[in-house]
Amino acid sequence: MQIAARRLDQVTIFDITGHIDLANSPELRKVLLKELRETKTPRVILNLTGVRYIDSSGVASLVEGLKAARDQGLRFILYGLSPSAREVLQLSRLIKIFEVFDNEQQALA
Amino acid sequence: MHNRGLLLDLTLTSDPLLLCVVRAAIERLTEVSGFSPPECRSITRAVDEAVANVMRHAYGSSPDKRIDVSCKRISGMVNGIPREGLEIELLDQGVPFDQKKLTARSLDEVKPGGLGLHFIRDSMDVMEHSRENGVNRLRLVKYFSAAGKGHTAQGE
Repeated sequence: MQIAARRLDQVTIFDITGHIDLANSPELRKVLLKELRETKTPRVILNLTGVRYIDSSGVASLVEGLKAARDQGLRFILYGLSPSAREVLQLSRLIKIFEVFDNEQQALA
Repeated sequence: MHNRGLLLDLTLTSDPLLLCVVRAAIERLTEVSGFSPPECRSITRAVDEAVANVMRHAYGSSPDKRIDVSCKRISGMVNGIPREGLEIELLDQGVPFDQKKLTARSLDEVKPGGLGLHFIRDSMDVMEHSRENGVNRLRLVKYFSAAGKGHTAQGE
């Protein structure tokens, strides 16, 4: 998994690529929580277009990010879910709690 | 059920970096076995979560322990109906599986963690756990749907 950050005005977009699993989900969690709890960017967007797989530990990291965002009154947005990533969020019934968009334009609107 | 033969036998250490190797192998095996793309993703997810559970819980995140994963084509009668499927068996020598944890958590709770078992149950037709002589054994089975019986990876 690789994470690259793009910082715009009031928005940070994390471009994530690769697989998110037990080997690297702690790193994702750390990056997200730092952005949300320390930097406190008003809108944090995760570009998951390049993520082919997310396991339950990755989903847990996303849930922690969402909770941290809610605690701080920030927005936490996902876009570009692969079929596998979408299935995992649907299976866990968590897709309804996230703001999910198809593309970056919609996520930034 | 009777065994129609081994398709794949993997031995790996309990290092999470190897999960991608397991997923790649299972994904290809399910593809050549004739499962549909959603079924391939689903079975791969189940095995990945099961192996991750062994790494985290049975071995307490120690990365140098042994995990065996074997896959067999099986056939037999299920409720009087002939079925064919893929059996995946995981063996580890970690701490005994906590039977209380066999109950997946409620999905109505929005909290991180506890989803892996739910994914396994949702994906597979059979999930059985046993322990004998210090070895944990998890048996997972996915049957082919009635519409598609799958290919025989042995060229039959």
